[in-house]
Amino acid sequence: MHIVDGALSVPVLATGAVLGLIGVAIGLKKMDYDHLPQVGVLSAAFFIASYIHLPLGFSSVHLILNGLIGLALGWAAFPALLVALLLQAVFFGFGGFLVLGVNVVNIALPGLLVYYLCRHGIATSSPKGAAIWGAIGGAGSILLTTIMVAGSLALSGEAFILAAKATLVAHIPVMVVEGFVTAAAVLLIRKVKPEFLNISEDWEDA
Amino acid sequence: MSQNFEHSGTSWKGQRLKHDESMVDRLDPRVRIIVVSIFALAVVLSHDFYVLLLGLVSAVATAVIAQLNFKRTLRRVIAMDMFMIFLILMLPFTTPGEALFSIAGLPASKEGLLHALMIALKANAVVFALLALIGTMSAATLGHAMAHLRVPDKLVHLLLFTVRYLDVIGQEYKRMRRAMQARAFVMTVSKHTWRSVGYLIGMLLVHSLERSERIMDAMKCRGYKGQFYLMDDMVLQRQDYLFMMLSVPFFLLLIGLNFI
Repeated sequence: MHIVDGALSVPVLATGAVLGLIGVAIGLKKMDYDHLPQVGVLSAAFFIASYIHLPLGFSSVHLILNGLIGLALGWAAFPALLVALLLQAVFFGFGGFLVLGVNVVNIALPGLLVYYLCRHGIATSSPKGAAIWGAIGGAGSILLTTIMVAGSLALSGEAFILAAKATLVAHIPVMVVEGFVTAAAVLLIRKVKPEFLNISEDWEDA
Repeated sequence: MSQNFEHSGTSWKGQRLKHDESMVDRLDPRVRIIVVSIFALAVVLSHDFYVLLLGLVSAVATAVIAQLNFKRTLRRVIAMDMFMIFLILMLPFTTPGEALFSIAGLPASKEGLLHALMIALKANAVVFALLALIGTMSAATLGHAMAHLRVPDKLVHLLLFTVRYLDVIGQEYKRMRRAMQARAFVMTVSKHTWRSVGYLIGMLLVHSLERSERIMDAMKCRGYKGQFYLMDDMVLQRQDYLFMMLSVPFFLLLIGLNFI
């Protein structure tokens, strides 16, 4: 999902950097010091998720979890993902430095959209409904991220359009896997620790 | 990406990986961050083949001076290259221009090949510079240097917390995976696997969060108010000025060559 340095055109890089800065600024403003551990845990989880390779046919995919991160954090997903991507870039050479802005927006913005779209859904009283909304969140955030990655490439030059299309197709199986995984994670968390997903415990009485 | 190219095995060891002491370690972290930023900017924005070659050579030279672990660095750089290999392989065929050769009836253009090469040079140059100058710091030093460079407090805090939790969550993940393996869980392509992994991640997050809440309580109990203290006051030394004096003309050269 990360784009490396050098591929994107300057306007795309600049737009990504500006949008990323705005997102991070709002996220930092909305995050108070008491939430810091939760944000840190999810930021670390994004990092760890990239180690978790699930077999798929002849190859494997790794989890991205930006839907789950978005559902749990809302705007704070921006700073959380900035930190995770920065650490990956500087200590593992994974991703790039100047494209950090674009990468943060591509991964965090879908999470944020999913947060607004699905946060009521995952709080419904029926577990089945919540699982479906979780799946929509997990798969939807990957779909949006892929579209944005493909878009950043396509906007950087006509020659990238084929690569952009290939990215879209290649990520369809990832969407399926991520949908199932996110649904299961949402189900478990809302049973064990609902406040993690900003769900009040009232739904149990409803 | 195949398992062999996983970027770091299965745990975050950023704090514990040892590399040989080198000249780079004596430089001020702030200077290193700024120099890498300018270098990345100069390299990514340039469009001259020779500038990029010079950039890559100097970045690799810095990596050699920094005494980076050869195998580990190579593994990481290759992992990154695998990431963009499709992009690069496709470019010659999708860029219109003078045909150079053709595979299966598809002509590859010279312009596309050049473009692909330039992307590869840029990406590799930046990664080598990053790993050599910033990757050699401990994550805590990076955080403190960022704080000295006026990065918002909360963001630096978050970085330091994240680095701490990477270790916690990584170990917790391994522990739970071992427990699953002990119960004969094997990952396959099935709903059962995906659900189990989902539960694993959910439980991982819950465990880690509860742990982090205990840490937070313990910190509050000792008077934590959302402020942290920068123990190391960073002062520029002679070698820092020397490094800057070397870097500035180099950057001017890199940027200037674009216009010749």
